[in-house]
Amino acid sequence: MKVLVPVKRVIDYNVKVRVKADGSGVDLANVKMSMNPFDEIAVEEAIRLKEAGKAEEVIVVSIGVKQAQETLRTGLAMGADRAILVTAADDVHEDIEPLAVAKLLAAIVKEEEPGLVICGKQAIDNDLNATGQMLAALTGYAQATNANSLEVDGDAATVAREVDGGLQTIKVKLPAIVTTDLRLNEPRYASLPNIMKAKKKPLDEKTPADYGVDVAPRLEIVKTAEPAERAAGIMVGSVDELVEKLKEKGAI
Amino acid sequence: MAVLLIAEINDGTLAMDATAKAVAAAAPLGDVTVLAVGATAKDAADEAATIEGVSKVLVAEDALYGHRLAEPTAALIVSLAGDYSHIVAPATTDAKNILPRVAALLDVMVLTDVTSVVDADTFERPVYAGNAMQTVKSKDEKKVITFRTSTFDAAATGGSAAVEDIAAAEDPALSEWVEDKVAESDRPELTSAKIVVSGGRGVGSEEDFVIIEKLADKLGAAVGASRAAVDSGFAPNDWQVGQTGKVVAPDLYVACGISGAIQHLAGMKDSKIIVAINKDEEAPIFQVADFGLVADLFEAVPALTEKV
Ligand SMILES: Cc1cc2nc3c(=O)[nH]c(=O)nc-3n(C[C@H](O)[C@H](O)[C@H](O)COP(=O)(O)OP(=O)(O)OC[C@H]3O[C@@H](n4cnc5c(N)ncnc54)[C@H](O)[C@@H]3O)c2cc1C
Repeated sequence: MKVLVPVKRVIDYNVKVRVKADGSGVDLANVKMSMNPFDEIAVEEAIRLKEAGKAEEVIVVSIGVKQAQETLRTGLAMGADRAILVTAADDVHEDIEPLAVAKLLAAIVKEEEPGLVICGKQAIDNDLNATGQMLAALTGYAQATNANSLEVDGDAATVAREVDGGLQTIKVKLPAIVTTDLRLNEPRYASLPNIMKAKKKPLDEKTPADYGVDVAPRLEIVKTAEPAERAAGIMVGSVDELVEKLKEKGAI
Repeated sequence: MAVLLIAEINDGTLAMDATAKAVAAAAPLGDVTVLAVGATAKDAADEAATIEGVSKVLVAEDALYGHRLAEPTAALIVSLAGDYSHIVAPATTDAKNILPRVAALLDVMVLTDVTSVVDADTFERPVYAGNAMQTVKSKDEKKVITFRTSTFDAAATGGSAAVEDIAAAEDPALSEWVEDKVAESDRPELTSAKIVVSGGRGVGSEEDFVIIEKLADKLGAAVGASRAAVDSGFAPNDWQVGQTGKVVAPDLYVACGISGAIQHLAGMKDSKIIVAINKDEEAPIFQVADFGLVADLFEAVPALTEKV
């Protein structure tokens, strides 16, 4: 079977986010960008399935600006076989909404017929946590979100999901959409020889029009603001002082 | 305008706090009808009917909904969607699993983790791990929303809405439940606790996490953890607080051996009082702490347990 892994180019998780003074958004010009960490976990899981002989081909897909090519090359260097880039925006500040992304992915799923799509559970920029579930809806496939473990066996997959109360294990029919949680695996680093090899792997370039999908946003961003700041606190010198302060505040 | 609100129900029990907070969040949007769905949901429905601001409760009780699998639950919600302008739920892992599926089936965007309602079309939600607050206006005809419960006060009880049975919808038969691994605990639930005591990598081991738990038990608190503590196996996954874990805003949050990465802060920085105990005076957690104590947690936490 083929495994399809959508990957998103996002601000690196270590970078301090700066809200633009005019309230129009977050400054992304000249900022370090990386693959969304949850998508790295998804790529890793797909490669492991291939290494275990459960998948034949791993395809990475990215939808966004043309610079997402770098993100796809990272996926290829980790071990994916080929890539598809859907250039859907010109400006790095333009975020394609999960519904539009899911529609494009659904079209790609129709063409490629993967047995499994592994998505990150959320992108660390818009924090929406939606693309995988939306893709599952549009394809009519089963979904298993927040995967902590994944086992593929014949035409089904068993997934332990991280849920509010602990872990829930479900069995889904394939093809299915799985989304990754933090503890599914630890993604590998691409080795230098693999980074070189990745440059020669096939990367198809497409546009939303090729799939007949309208990516116009449904949500208008009215304003982006800094979060409320906390008032400065104080340092206490001892446990006794801490207890005293907490009692003063009526906190304990 | 009319709101369909999906009650949070686990194994037949209503999560009152989460549901009542979502009712309060949804109240300005219109008449609130609660949907109680589960293998057993009648008792939960009766309880939800007491939440003030609820005008009706629909009960879909069927074995099909036993574990609230996304596909059948979403199919049920979509079958009811015609009557409502807003479909909402508290932002629990169940709702985050189900509602984006509902939204896509209705060809609308989903708004997750909404922290404030501006008007019927306009909402505020955090992005970038809470480092920015976005105000967004939806152009969709129907709005599908999850509310971040930590930012809303619960609606009061005392109401008595009508409760009405409804039939189950079709079963897409795509997935089946296998098992739950849920730790039983007498402690308060993390997202609704008044006090939370959390441990990080600095705690060092699962055995030593007991000192965090002892302080929590003395304070009647819930226990939380950083991602590093969960990844290292010191604490179970459902204790993780942060951008990609649970979001809490208790009256008191005590962070022990936690450095204060933005991803952790995203889950606790709206707490009323934050205490940080860390041996590194440079740790970023001190920047959000009301009271900081530079100390070895192995001495400070047991001492604190003794003195509170
Ligand atoms: C995609 C993504 C999502 C993430 N989501 C989350 C999330 O939801 N929640 C979350 O918490 N993290 C999350 N993280 C991880 C986050 O970036 C940090 O790595 C993590 O929070 C660090 O945990 P920590 O503070 O326990 O560990 P560390 O950063 O290693 O800090 C340990 C602290 O303990 C102190 N210490 C050590 N020994 C002692 C002692 N004896 N006494 C007192 N202090 C001591 C040290 O001084 C240090 O400050 C995420 C990361 C990514 C990439």
